[in-house]
Amino acid sequence: MIAKVAGEIREAVDTSRTYNFMEVCGTHTMNIFRFGLREILPPNIRLISGPGCPVCVTPNEFIDKAVALARRKDTIVATFGDMFRVPGSRSSLDKEKANGASIKMVYSSIDALDLAKRNPDKDVIFLGIGFETTAPTVAQSILMAKKEGVKNYSVLCGHKTMPEALKVLTEDPRLNIDGFLLPGHVSAIIGIKPYRFLAARGKRCVIAGFEPLDIMQAILMLIEQKRPDIGIQYTRIISRCGNTLAKNSIKKVFNESPSVWRGIGKIKNSGLLIRREFKEFDADLKFKPKIMRPAENSACICGDVIKGVRTPLECKLFRRACKPEHPVGACMVSSEGTCSAYYKYG
Amino acid sequence: MHRMIDSLFMAELGNEILRQKKDSAILKFGSKKLAFTTDSYVVNPIFFPGGDIGNLSVYGTVNDLSVCGARPLHLSLGIIIEEGLDRKILERIVRSIKNAAKSARVKIVTGDTKVVERGLCDRIFINTSGIGELYYDKLSIDKIEPGDSIIISGSIGEHAISVLSKREALEFGTKVRSDLAPLNGLIQKVLKGPKCGVRFMRDPTRGGLATTLNEIVSGRRFGIALDEKDVPVTSGVRQACEMLGFDPLYLACEGRVALVVSKRDAARVLDIIRKTALGRTAKIIGRVTEDHRGRVSLNTVAGGRRIVDMLSGEQLPRIC
Repeated sequence: MIAKVAGEIREAVDTSRTYNFMEVCGTHTMNIFRFGLREILPPNIRLISGPGCPVCVTPNEFIDKAVALARRKDTIVATFGDMFRVPGSRSSLDKEKANGASIKMVYSSIDALDLAKRNPDKDVIFLGIGFETTAPTVAQSILMAKKEGVKNYSVLCGHKTMPEALKVLTEDPRLNIDGFLLPGHVSAIIGIKPYRFLAARGKRCVIAGFEPLDIMQAILMLIEQKRPDIGIQYTRIISRCGNTLAKNSIKKVFNESPSVWRGIGKIKNSGLLIRREFKEFDADLKFKPKIMRPAENSACICGDVIKGVRTPLECKLFRRACKPEHPVGACMVSSEGTCSAYYKYG
Repeated sequence: MHRMIDSLFMAELGNEILRQKKDSAILKFGSKKLAFTTDSYVVNPIFFPGGDIGNLSVYGTVNDLSVCGARPLHLSLGIIIEEGLDRKILERIVRSIKNAAKSARVKIVTGDTKVVERGLCDRIFINTSGIGELYYDKLSIDKIEPGDSIIISGSIGEHAISVLSKREALEFGTKVRSDLAPLNGLIQKVLKGPKCGVRFMRDPTRGGLATTLNEIVSGRRFGIALDEKDVPVTSGVRQACEMLGFDPLYLACEGRVALVVSKRDAARVLDIIRKTALGRTAKIIGRVTEDHRGRVSLNTVAGGRRIVDMLSGEQLPRIC
């Protein structure tokens, strides 16, 4: 089937031009590499990896706060595995764990809430990273904690939302994006309305699933789009209006806020802040972690890599000072990071 | 870990035997050769679907001897117990060790027990060392040639997923059971006669099949190409991997062996393995290549190709 779609793509492309398509979901980046899809696409289709990795776009300030919280007495920091080795300004969670801090890997915020219930004499702080796919479950964990009176659970909130970041990418003169492979699961939550501005700006868009066949079909749909539109390849789970229950969870627990994206800077309405009525679950307000001024490695070009302006191959540190076992930037650490994909899959 | 071994242990303790970095050291005693190995077991949790730290500590060491062409004979057993460990748990583990030794046809001939204060070890840690008699002396990475076939004796990743399914705060419903098993019987059937065609073998434990194959090609003038469609992965492991973001190629097995076999003998060796109880799902999964020297590549199910690199960092701690 995949070979058939690859053949259809070869038939459909205009060989006199280059197509620049950006995928903005880390899982798309990984699976494009994992299944070797660039090899079976025509050479004039250029796939650019965008800021789809929530760990990669998390600024040093967040990691520094997580490190400060991990150093507190009687505290357990619960986090997704990716965050362990992301370097902050001066330390990382795995270095703090080696120094005796209690840091546990969890697969969901609900696991972190269970950890809090099992350890009532400790403060359990969940590192809330992720886009609109993850935010509803974190919202649920806060709602459950409130309902059940769990006093020792809180969230350091670093959630971000996609649409405004996409707007920034369309405005960057260094990029020449013809279209977007839009994130399948984020879209399952938010629906298609938040993306309409992309088509209005002349960008072809298709919401794609994650299997290699999904991605190939979505690329074919992008090429065949007669005018800029928001197409849906991932029809088996996407509804045009998204997931109302999940959207309501987000609205109930979080406010929209400006957010700093590593390498991009502050983007308005691109982050989530815990609402005042749930402030007892906001680890930032509750514990006020003290940090020094965040510092970035000046040679690290993660910011440009995240935006798709440069590839990891153009980074002086890639495969030299920056490898998965001793990363300099977040893009090398995260399971969805572009540098990690380039390193792992060649 | 590899760097620490090289920069510290090899640098300080290295000798001509240790530097070979085989799963078992091969030692000469007069006209005989013995294989000698050691391993420590810190798996968490200590009981998991399909096994426990007890039988793991026997089979793991038996397998390290077997993949070097040795018949496992005797094991030592060193146990470190955390103060306060429930006696019933200890009894269950010791019975498991007894049954595993019987199943693998080895004897525990010496041992040691220590108790440490509460909090200084996580319930129980075990070390086993083993000796075996070398009966097949021709296994060597130096014998591998382009064109040789890669065989795996069964589906991969079940041990890692079964352990993970029971780890604290990560419990998820799965029917996956560890593939933990003694491989000496299977391997002895394969290594019959000097012309059996087997160049080299290793059991893909920590770091999984990808790490094992990368260790084979590292620094060599050949590569390995795998065909993703032929790598056996059960649906239970596949689903767990999709949910948790793991790649089965990097997940530990404790009852599987990866073999490099001459092209001429591959079909025959595969047939022998498939006739054993542990090898029913064995498959030829790839070949040794002249290109991509020092690398492992994968022909993906999508028709593309990618590199399968060495695992960086810890995918799963305390898996064995």
